[in-house]
Amino acid sequence: MMIEVLIAVALVGALVTFVAPNRIAGKLAFAISLVPAVLSLWMFTAFDGSGNALLEGTLAFESHYEWLQLGEYSISWFVGLDGISIPLVVLTTILVSLAIMSSWTPIDDRESQFYGLVLFIEANLIGVFAALDFFLWFIFWEAVLIPMYLLIGIWGGPRRKYAAIKFFVYTNVASLVMFGAFIALVFGLGDSVTSFALPEIATAMLEGGPDGFLGLEGTTLTSVVFVAMFLGFAVKVPVVPFHTWLPDAHVEAPTPASVLLAGVLLKMGTYALLRFNFTMFPGQVETYAVPIAAIAVISVIYGAMLALAQTDLKRIVAYSSVSSMGYVILGLIAYTQFGVGGATFQMVSHGFISGLMFMAVGVIYNATHTRLVTDMSGMADRMPVAVGILIAGAFGYMGLPLMSGFYGEFTIFFGAFQADFAYAPLFTSLAMFGIVIVAGYLLFALQRTVFGPYELETDYEVSRAPLHDVVPMFVLLGIIILLGVAPDLIFEMITDAVDPILNGGEL
Amino acid sequence: MAVLELPEWAALAPALIMVATALALFVFDSVSPRSTNRSLLAGTAAGGALASLAVAVWYTAAGVGTPTIDGGRGEIEPIHGLVVDQLALYFMIVVAIVTALIAVASYDYLAGHTYQAEYYSLVMLAASGMSLMAAANSLVTIFIALELASLPSYALVAILKDNRGSVEAGLKYFLIGALSSAIFLYGISLVYGATGHLYLADIAAVLEAGDADGFGGLLGLGILMLIGGFAYKTASVPFHFWAPEAYEGAPAPISAFLSSASKAAGFVIAFRVFTTAFPLEATQELIGIDWTIAFVILAIATMTIGNFAAATQTNVKRMLAYSSIGHAGYALIGLAGLTADGGDLVMGAAMMHLLVYGFMNTGAFLFVALAEHWGVGRTFEDYNGLSAQAPVACAALVVFMFSLAGVPPFAGFWSKYFLFTGAISIGTTAMLAVAAALVVNSALSLYYYSRLVKAVLIEDPLSDRGALDQPTGLYAALIVAAVMTVALLAGFGPIAEAATDAAAAALA
Repeated sequence: MMIEVLIAVALVGALVTFVAPNRIAGKLAFAISLVPAVLSLWMFTAFDGSGNALLEGTLAFESHYEWLQLGEYSISWFVGLDGISIPLVVLTTILVSLAIMSSWTPIDDRESQFYGLVLFIEANLIGVFAALDFFLWFIFWEAVLIPMYLLIGIWGGPRRKYAAIKFFVYTNVASLVMFGAFIALVFGLGDSVTSFALPEIATAMLEGGPDGFLGLEGTTLTSVVFVAMFLGFAVKVPVVPFHTWLPDAHVEAPTPASVLLAGVLLKMGTYALLRFNFTMFPGQVETYAVPIAAIAVISVIYGAMLALAQTDLKRIVAYSSVSSMGYVILGLIAYTQFGVGGATFQMVSHGFISGLMFMAVGVIYNATHTRLVTDMSGMADRMPVAVGILIAGAFGYMGLPLMSGFYGEFTIFFGAFQADFAYAPLFTSLAMFGIVIVAGYLLFALQRTVFGPYELETDYEVSRAPLHDVVPMFVLLGIIILLGVAPDLIFEMITDAVDPILNGGEL
Repeated sequence: MAVLELPEWAALAPALIMVATALALFVFDSVSPRSTNRSLLAGTAAGGALASLAVAVWYTAAGVGTPTIDGGRGEIEPIHGLVVDQLALYFMIVVAIVTALIAVASYDYLAGHTYQAEYYSLVMLAASGMSLMAAANSLVTIFIALELASLPSYALVAILKDNRGSVEAGLKYFLIGALSSAIFLYGISLVYGATGHLYLADIAAVLEAGDADGFGGLLGLGILMLIGGFAYKTASVPFHFWAPEAYEGAPAPISAFLSSASKAAGFVIAFRVFTTAFPLEATQELIGIDWTIAFVILAIATMTIGNFAAATQTNVKRMLAYSSIGHAGYALIGLAGLTADGGDLVMGAAMMHLLVYGFMNTGAFLFVALAEHWGVGRTFEDYNGLSAQAPVACAALVVFMFSLAGVPPFAGFWSKYFLFTGAISIGTTAMLAVAAALVVNSALSLYYYSRLVKAVLIEDPLSDRGALDQPTGLYAALIVAAVMTVALLAGFGPIAEAATDAAAAALA
């Protein structure tokens, strides 16, 4: 029942916060969000699951209730956690708490609605990572869109309306494509499945796959569904060329929404890729390995080049997500223990690091009211703590050893070199070149903003950030270093859950 | 075993309670004409509707009208021409829900209006008619119930006597209504001419026995005219032209009433007549055409025309009116998907959609009622930035809009999904086209529904507005509708079961 408690606390908390007076909404939401954060940490320590949730495996905190019958298929409330999902749930709860605290300064309008929506997103994100029935999962998946649309649309920057609509349309169309494809697959599987439970569908897929549907042969249907679902999730990730909504959404979104968007929402895409495409369609993964690896490498290099060309600090961080998520795709397509495990590790690691970067940029923006690299210079004098954290975050991004980014990228490259699709070492070497560009644009940006004489011309007094802006960043930095020093905290449980995927369903 | 045995006529209680409430309101009006005691009037109306709802839910749960084990249909026929089975009870529930919401919401909306008692008694009278429509199973009782529901509706649309729009809308509604009634009645007479019966089961018996040979053309024309009558009542193409005018001119709660309850009642008649009186195979043999083709065409045309027209509106109430036409198209899938060997899944899905629609569409129109109460104007621009002053009402509106568009997790997604899979599972080319049209139109509808969300939440207001009050009744009805639109998700199991069982029993 623990997962239900997490979701229920966030949902009820969202309602309570929504009707609470603006004055106390921020503190109230933070207090409420501590409950799931602490509970999920306890669940993390008490975690006793093994194997993969969809294949051979024992779930932790499982609950399974019949919900309703739809024709021949039953839909159930089916949630549970395995080694892949529990780190992501913890990532979500911690990041939400910290994001709420970091919003106390910038959010000064309609606070109760803002924090209510943040808690509502938290409930659905936990649901996405815990749900094991397709319908339940899809409901949580889609329900994340509406509050994020509103967060960007109401509290965002000058071009917020455009960015919000673009975000909503892109991701919703992608979801529809994916949804239709998956339903066709379930119908195509015929009598071998009687419910929308993902483990049942995964088993049916590994034991023969669909017979065909709507005039498509079984194998054609499998290919069509694989491609359609890949495209549906690729928009969410996002990979080049479906990435254009991301910089717009990120730049216009208020800081806490950016933190959640980069920290957790992008992981929904890669998480779903892992759960659906890479678990249920091992044959197709082999067939499409080369094009997917090419997409991953292009995302890495092109995303980094785009970041290099930006002058807006937030845009730089936003584009860098495109390239970081490219690494995750590369790790997944490597289809080796270190590749897929490293990709999952990188999802968690990137969640914390990008959250930290967006918070740091947000704090600097609050103080200076500009994000343009060209306007800033010598920030180190005025805001030593915030700038120090920004630098530390940037090093994490670049993959400095003993920070989580290093371990994630290292295992991905290690796994990708071992991959057995054509030209795997070539693709990996190309992707590794991305690190150089990442280091380049981050150092270039830092050099111009942080060092040198202080030259910012502004009517505001630029001073140190308040304590409640700095605390969340220190917590994140601590986690990043902790994961960098002791990656086995989560890497062991991740590989335990990854192994069945690679061994064709066996432990 | 029943704890207490009720007489047979008690099966009609949900409808009879509506009638009794209407009469009680007439008595109030006679004792104290021009009464402005709004609490008493609205309370009586809401109480009556809730009592009717409670009884209908109780009957459904207790299994009134459930097919019996020994093969009987389990229907209770208190008088010849009125039947109570699960189908009837299901739609009585829908009508009672909408009526209760409308009665509560009207408490504030009618503040300051002149015709208080008349308004509530007309609402209850129309609700009685709709409840009886759910139970009618003879073409005569159907027509009487239809007129009982329609005549008060004409008056209700025009009840804002000082408002030209309202009076004009009432007149248009009345003229088209009269024309449609005439067409419907003519259809009845042709069916009677071809089969010699008005009782639905007898018509089917004659057709199946082949006693109507040689009257195929007559019967076909009659069926076409009956379809015309339903199309009018459910605001389907091509008899939809009255709807935007009437919904726009009418007081907003009445627009909600007509577009939710009245539409559902129109559909129950269509379901009953076409499943009971005109068995597919026998009818097709006689007139040479499968009548579901008519509904396939109507469904696609109605949803497409409704949605495209809605997308181009600048007036919120008209947008909702056209979207209501679009939703009639979705519900028509329930009739288009009937086949010789079933279709209970798709008909059940249409019934679910009408129940869900009863909450979400009523709620949407009640928000318009709230906006009219505040006097903020009628266009999308006028609604700009309302959420800063009325966050709770706007949150409810967001729920209604996304539910109408069919976005998860709201109930509208489920009913549309059930319609979609129902249509796919039939598997004919026509039904695949219908399913495709459903998806395309839903995607299109997201555009104009989210436009309203964008207006109230994201845009800044054009001008400074005074403080907005929070009328208790309207807020209460709005929040109940919103909570139900979300909460139906948890209870969809029993609803889906009740709807598909009722559909299966009606098709058997």
